[in-house]
Amino acid sequence: MSVEQATDYGPTLVAILFGIAFSCVFLGLAMFLGPKRENAEKLSPFECGSEPIGSPRVRFSVKFYQVALLFLIFDIEAAFLYPWAAIFRRLSCLGTVIGGECLGTVTAFGFVEMLVFMSTLVVALAYVWRKRAIGWG
Amino acid sequence: MTDSILMFLAEHTAVAALLKLLLLVLGFVMPLASLSTWAERRQSAMMQDRLGPNRANIGPVKLWGILHFVADAIKMMFKEDVVPAKVDRFLFALAPVMAIAPVLITFAVVPFGPDLCVGQVLSVVTDPTTCKATIPLQVARMDVGMLFYFALASLAVYGTTLAGWASYNKWSLLGGLRASSQMMSYEVCMGLSLMGAFLVYGSLEPNAIVTAQGSNILNWGIFTQPLAFVLFFTAAIAETKRAPFDLPEGEPELIGYFVEYSGMRFGIFFLAEFIETIFLAAIVTTVFLGGWQVPGLDSSGFGSFHLPHLAVVLLQVVAWSLKILFLCWLQLLIRWTLPRFRPDQLMRLGWKQLLPLSLLNIIITAAVVLWRSGGK
Repeated sequence: MSVEQATDYGPTLVAILFGIAFSCVFLGLAMFLGPKRENAEKLSPFECGSEPIGSPRVRFSVKFYQVALLFLIFDIEAAFLYPWAAIFRRLSCLGTVIGGECLGTVTAFGFVEMLVFMSTLVVALAYVWRKRAIGWG
Repeated sequence: MTDSILMFLAEHTAVAALLKLLLLVLGFVMPLASLSTWAERRQSAMMQDRLGPNRANIGPVKLWGILHFVADAIKMMFKEDVVPAKVDRFLFALAPVMAIAPVLITFAVVPFGPDLCVGQVLSVVTDPTTCKATIPLQVARMDVGMLFYFALASLAVYGTTLAGWASYNKWSLLGGLRASSQMMSYEVCMGLSLMGAFLVYGSLEPNAIVTAQGSNILNWGIFTQPLAFVLFFTAAIAETKRAPFDLPEGEPELIGYFVEYSGMRFGIFFLAEFIETIFLAAIVTTVFLGGWQVPGLDSSGFGSFHLPHLAVVLLQVVAWSLKILFLCWLQLLIRWTLPRFRPDQLMRLGWKQLLPLSLLNIIITAAVVLWRSGGK
């Protein structure tokens, strides 16, 4: 597979515009097709018929926030792994790679580098595990 | 005549992309999603010894109740669209779009067939690389295809979270919060579990992954990456928020982040959920089940039994559709077999079981790939 090939992003743009337009058509159908017969009961928050007590903007558990932080950490680390995974065969070969086979000396450079990086990830995971930041216990 | 049309499409990729999108979305995804809404109720009825929806008919045409999806669509469109008084109107309208648009857009990266060889449609093509012009049966071919998918999949979180927040309702807020924490937890595993497949096939481009798997079934992702298949399928089902991962809906206690939505706006969330199951089936097919590949079928036919190019392409597109249908049905079975998890079980499964296992899978796969590239 040749690597030096310009990617045509035109179709991607078409897809993005199509997706947005299509969903907006749906939303338009929703807004304009049905009847409008509003009354005070219908416009109040739905709580199975009882009167809502207080504002719905309630305080929520800090754990949701923790999960968001952990997601950021691990997802960014995953993002660093994608390019590594895609060029792993070329990283671990000192010659040219043809059809997944290395014509030259195989090197563990890419593998070891990633082990180092992954170990920081594992340490982070072990730390949040010990601190009980993950899980809902 | 046909050749000149195909040639035009091969040269004008944007026009071709629009046509392929219309074909894929209106011809496959939307009908299948609508049918799934009926199939889901019918399947659950069968599993619970009930009849399920079987009555919708046009005159004498009954078709086991398949027409229910038409009736449902018409009903949803003409239902009153209630917008409660205190909602944030802009975000309330934006949320359904954020739920359905990303998943429709990501279908662009899914290859639903091989490259169509322009000018040689009716002859036998032995080496597809010699074609003068090709039309890829994939809307958008990008080197970062899978990364594009992950990026858009993260956007879908906004749909549920915004719906929960904008609704000005305690229960939908709780549903939205649960959805966001659940989807974020499992997204990490989704990305990391596919890393093994990227290592094996050496690409992030879906069609390259399918091509690399080839027509030998033992080279398909499900055999080269069995652990990743289980991890990804589990995490991706959690991402669709269906049982056993339906905590954001939690019918008996919360109803869900869309509790204030009615009419077609609710319909959009409902449809988006089914489109997500189809999309999950498409990604699993692409990475683990050989995409459009048919076992033993090469570009020239089955071994020495030659077939014209068009027949090969059609067989492969049909194979792709059948794989997706099978995976959709499998998800229905899973959804109606397993009971719902508790929140602590959900978090434990995601962070303490799937995540370490997917890290382990990456290291083992990398070691094997390294060993194989040297051990010749």
